[in-house]
Amino acid sequence: MSILVNKDTKVICQGITGKSGLFHSQKCREYAQECQPGVDVFVGGVTPGKGDTEVDGFPVFNSVGDAMAKTGANTSMVFVPPPFCADAILEAVDAGIELIIAITEGIPVMDMIKVRNAMRGSKSRLVGPNCPGVITPGVAKIGIMPGYIHTPGTIGIISKSGTLTYEAAWQLGRVGLGQSTAVGIGGDPIAGTDYIDLLEMFQNDPGTEGILVIGEIGGSAELEAADYIKSNVTKPVAGFIAGQTAPPGKRMGHAGAIISGGGGTAAEKMAGLRAVGVVVSDSPAGMGDAMKEALGK
Amino acid sequence: MKIHEYQAKTLLRAAGVPVPEGIVCKSADEVAAAFETLGGDLAVVKSQIHAGGRGKGRFKEHPDQAGVVLVRSAAEAKQNAERMLGSTLVTIQTGAEGKQVNTLFVEQGLKIARELYLGIVVDREVGGPVLIMSSEGGMEIEEVAHNHPEKILTEPFDLSAGLFPYQARKLAYALGFDATAVRSAEKFLPKLCKFFVDNDCSMTEINPLVLTEDSQLLALDAKVSFDENALFRHKNLVELRDLSEEDPSEVRAAAAGLSYVNLDGTIGCLVNGAGLAMSTMDIIKLHGAEPANFLDVGGGANVEQVSEAFRIILSDDNVKAVLVNIFGGIMRCDVIVEALLEAYEKVGITVPLVVRLEGTNVEKARKMLDDCDRDIITATDLTDAAQKVVASLSA
Repeated sequence: MSILVNKDTKVICQGITGKSGLFHSQKCREYAQECQPGVDVFVGGVTPGKGDTEVDGFPVFNSVGDAMAKTGANTSMVFVPPPFCADAILEAVDAGIELIIAITEGIPVMDMIKVRNAMRGSKSRLVGPNCPGVITPGVAKIGIMPGYIHTPGTIGIISKSGTLTYEAAWQLGRVGLGQSTAVGIGGDPIAGTDYIDLLEMFQNDPGTEGILVIGEIGGSAELEAADYIKSNVTKPVAGFIAGQTAPPGKRMGHAGAIISGGGGTAAEKMAGLRAVGVVVSDSPAGMGDAMKEALGK
Repeated sequence: MKIHEYQAKTLLRAAGVPVPEGIVCKSADEVAAAFETLGGDLAVVKSQIHAGGRGKGRFKEHPDQAGVVLVRSAAEAKQNAERMLGSTLVTIQTGAEGKQVNTLFVEQGLKIARELYLGIVVDREVGGPVLIMSSEGGMEIEEVAHNHPEKILTEPFDLSAGLFPYQARKLAYALGFDATAVRSAEKFLPKLCKFFVDNDCSMTEINPLVLTEDSQLLALDAKVSFDENALFRHKNLVELRDLSEEDPSEVRAAAAGLSYVNLDGTIGCLVNGAGLAMSTMDIIKLHGAEPANFLDVGGGANVEQVSEAFRIILSDDNVKAVLVNIFGGIMRCDVIVEALLEAYEKVGITVPLVVRLEGTNVEKARKMLDDCDRDIITATDLTDAAQKVVASLSA
């Protein structure tokens, strides 16, 4: 079992005719074909104005609505450049697609606030933006992570960071732990899916036995996650917070933290997670061991 | 991206937000003339640097000279300006090295009844912009939040609809404004909130926001920064950038598409990905040394960008060793090694270099390292890398 991405997942890529969009669609298709031979997981793409064409075997559509109607896609991977990305996400929401995974980095904050407002009450879920994507090892990957560092297993990973997630998956592999699903939620101030959403999904997923939470400085999402874990999560949780040595943040970060009544430093977040029984590694090299320790408790 | 106070006030005035009359000056004579032009018997001469704390700041060359001064004559204005222009102002936010003052802003003196705090930021939790006000004008807001959280008022507002007059009144009544001041707030606050949204601001801070003796709100100071990701749609704002206010290495890195922050330690770091870059700094510290920088080469850097990253790291004289930590996803490890060998060739690496590689094409990259005749220390994991780079400092 897994969360978000499973054997029913059918993916289109918005921005498939761009360099990154095509490259990663190809990589994702390769991975899915290895995992599920003979099954088409990556079924096409969208670039307005390039409908009725094809790029490396992927049919291209003018709109998300068209693509869904003709391919049966239920998930969109978004590689649209930052100035147009919010519009692309909103188009996918309007078309009623279930899951939107936005990889694009550099979307203006105001645009994401508009997206967030427009998504209130919608049945679509957004993961990202500015994230590596989602992988259910052995089934499919939707995003830019290298597939081979992940092995199928029972650990759920939730992370704000890209390469640090790869590091975590690699460390888990070294201690013999595979992943049910690994999700990058992205490091932007306004994101579609947060720790709490995913903690709930992993808690309810029978295929997940333990959860690794990887956070970083800024904001207070990790502390809210700690509160949630305290009263709602019974599965073992391990964690790591990046940025213990980062210099005091820009004022912007501080002002955001003021409103939430403090929070934002690595030390506070680590203490907050430890206080609810999460095994937190001081060292970024200890994420795998921390997960193992949490499982053994 | 930050801008100067005088630039912020020009933008605010254009947006209909009341600011004091002021004149930008580059010479002491201009400052004296500005005093006359403003016409009052009191003016304020303000140093224009990006850092805050200017009023309490002092000049290196003139330890008694404050960064912001009240003057009562053109002659007094000129005397102060002569000490300030070209001198180095040290404030709580500049660090010990300070910032050279090249521009002064001369403003009319005002009859001030009350000083308040106002800030607008995007709050992650609310998921939108929030207006923050406090009765404690002129104070560091972080300090107020810590000591007197009850004195901080917050009001989230809708991006499209803006701040409604009732929200402005709510804040004004909570701050004890009189009837005239409440009417002033109903106009002032929504305009400022609209300014924040229209310009894709990251922060707009008015500290102090003042109430004049005739109960009108006025932005006495203005600190504005913009979301760099949105500058593509604000060509007019890009022109306001003052590169002399930014760290030269950080400017150079940004030009090469790299993310770099200069720090005080001795171990240079070259990493891909922000989270892993921060973690690499952390593990250096855990093993008893200090990182010299944060450097994220990004997901798809090429040989030229990586070479430039090496040049920037090595241009810092504090750097006594370099740790390269790459987890190749999109970034291929062999590209890193190719750049590394090229950097030896072109840049000349004279300090110990520890390399930890994992991920895409790692076998090929390791073989390239084995085959070269450079004195590169290889590491198998993060801990090994940190231990080796710290040990290299004392070797």
